[in-house]
Amino acid sequence: MNLHEYQSKRVFSDYGVPVPAGKLAASERDAVAAARELPGPPWVVKAQVHAGGRGKAGGVKLCRSHTEVGKAAAAMLGERLVTPQTGSAGLPINLVYVESGSAIERELYLSLLLNRERSRIAFIASAAGGMNIEEMAVAAPDRILRIDIDPAAGLQSYQCRRLAFGLGLQGGQLAEFERIARAVYRLYLERDLALIEINPLIVTKEGKLVALDAKINVEANALFRQPDLVALRDPSQEDPMEREASAHELNYVSLDGDIACMVNGAGLAMATMDLIKLHGGEPANFLDVGGTATAERVTAAFRLILSNERVRAVLVNIFGGIVRCDVIAEGIVQAVREVGVSVPVIVRLEGTNADKARKILAASKLAITAAKDLTDAATKAVKLAGGGTRR
Amino acid sequence: MSILVDRKSRVICQGFTGKQGTFHSEQAIAYGTNLVGGVTPGRGGSRHLDRPVFDTVHDAVAKAQADVSMIYVPAPYAADAVLEAADAGIRLIVCITEGIPVNDMVRVKAALAGGKSRLVGPNCPGVITPGECKVGIMPGFIHKPGRVGIISRSGTLTYEAVFQTTNLGLGQSSCVGIGGDPVRGMNFIDVLALFERDAKTAGIILVGEIGGSDEDNAAEYIRRHVAKPIVAYIAGVTAPAGKRMGHAGAVIAGGKGTAADKYAALEDAGVRTVRSPAELGSAMKKALAAGRRRKKKR
Repeated sequence: MNLHEYQSKRVFSDYGVPVPAGKLAASERDAVAAARELPGPPWVVKAQVHAGGRGKAGGVKLCRSHTEVGKAAAAMLGERLVTPQTGSAGLPINLVYVESGSAIERELYLSLLLNRERSRIAFIASAAGGMNIEEMAVAAPDRILRIDIDPAAGLQSYQCRRLAFGLGLQGGQLAEFERIARAVYRLYLERDLALIEINPLIVTKEGKLVALDAKINVEANALFRQPDLVALRDPSQEDPMEREASAHELNYVSLDGDIACMVNGAGLAMATMDLIKLHGGEPANFLDVGGTATAERVTAAFRLILSNERVRAVLVNIFGGIVRCDVIAEGIVQAVREVGVSVPVIVRLEGTNADKARKILAASKLAITAAKDLTDAATKAVKLAGGGTRR
Repeated sequence: MSILVDRKSRVICQGFTGKQGTFHSEQAIAYGTNLVGGVTPGRGGSRHLDRPVFDTVHDAVAKAQADVSMIYVPAPYAADAVLEAADAGIRLIVCITEGIPVNDMVRVKAALAGGKSRLVGPNCPGVITPGECKVGIMPGFIHKPGRVGIISRSGTLTYEAVFQTTNLGLGQSSCVGIGGDPVRGMNFIDVLALFERDAKTAGIILVGEIGGSDEDNAAEYIRRHVAKPIVAYIAGVTAPAGKRMGHAGAVIAGGKGTAADKYAALEDAGVRTVRSPAELGSAMKKALAAGRRRKKKR
């Protein structure tokens, strides 16, 4: 779960990580009022959306007067910001964050995240801040510093020094950097985060370290014990279908194709998408109904995938392990009757009670195409999607 | 012969009297698993499914000589359950639980390092040696004792590979679902090493997916250390970057961990790959007929 920049900065402040003075605004008037209360000029008006790349997309504006702050806020609020990370539809700008401008001497990069290969939390830092880390990995790979933290020993002073010297810090900045690194590490663990990214972490003209941007991602599995952070969730920044899916405990990801799929198990769900593509079609979604699918959940899943107007066929692929195929079959029959499916439905059921399931589907007299195996299912889905029309 | 578990394994279930623990313990017993009891704190001294219930794993080890544990404890308490099993000296810990906080697993992984216990999972279907011992949530009836070893990050894709090898008469020596989380116990390499040494395993099916670099590491290991024929499939060729595809570990981050890269690494190591999961069984059959893989050294 992502936090907005303004939320991340509040959390930073709670943990003693220095951030510029700033205020949130939902209107032009609020933005001007905020600027009046904040030291300046200059001020910076920043669109609050869950995506990076805001600067180049016009979501960050440097302003020299209160009038400019008002204009910048008015231009952003109510619009959608499209960045390379948002997709073509962009994300709605409902809030802007007005900040005092900072006198920047240098821009650094600092992040904390999981190093999967070593199963440890790791700092990544670079003296080449400002650009994104992917660009940095290409442009200046030798300038990227990495520190893995032993979870039992915790973050060590020598590790902070290695980062600080590597970033070219000096004098009092060394101790200040260690204080920030320790705060960031403590924040990461205490609030169960998956990512903290400070890009850039600036050195001001006065030699101070300040987090000019802040990105926090809360680890999805740990949300149950972080109610304060869950309360910061902003549904307006989420894909509406993915939001609906999570309400029904379905794992759903929107894609661009026209063949919807409903599968049990994440691996098989990905494999089903791949099969559709392999046989010349395009998947409309990733959907894992989970290991304990019920008839109700199958119905909810059908409603969800059919609410996508591009869908021209539905491929159901179930390998019954714990999930019994007959339960799924009943769910499919119920869903097709209730939801009124107008596109071809291709069903492949295998595993626990598969024979019973096939009988249920046959007895339903519904227009459901049975597939005998994976390949058959994918080829039939691709063929029927091409020939089918949605009423 | 088999890897990890056999009919002599003395298995317990942590979270024994819960709904999941009860259901899957019943299934394991019906399959013939030597389930010697279970653990539910506060229920020690009672009986469940005609087996003793213990308060602690230490009790289960002392009184029932347990050496394998399957864990169905809910996610908030699962890390604690794994550490308890390790502290009690359980040889093989199979953690089925899904949704354990990643930072909990970072601590668990570090605590287990260098110890005697092996961990499989979490967020996995478990381990089975067909005809002998089922420790997990896989449907037992699709398996058949045989000569293919299966390793997979995905539950249902493991079942596909099992189903196909059963239908083709190859059967399985053992199947290990290593799980879909980014921080987990045994990895491809650990299981590959066991299969390579196992006399009963003639060939290996490896099912990977997008995210991380474990398949790339497996490819490097295979190049150097594995002579048995291997067939691999990687799920997620069509997965978009930056999206978590169901499994916490299945996300392409910063252009790394794509299916294309993993396929390339495996093929470079001499692994026979398939682009369709429907071809895992038939490709394995062909690979077995072709015989030993030639080791390539760099």
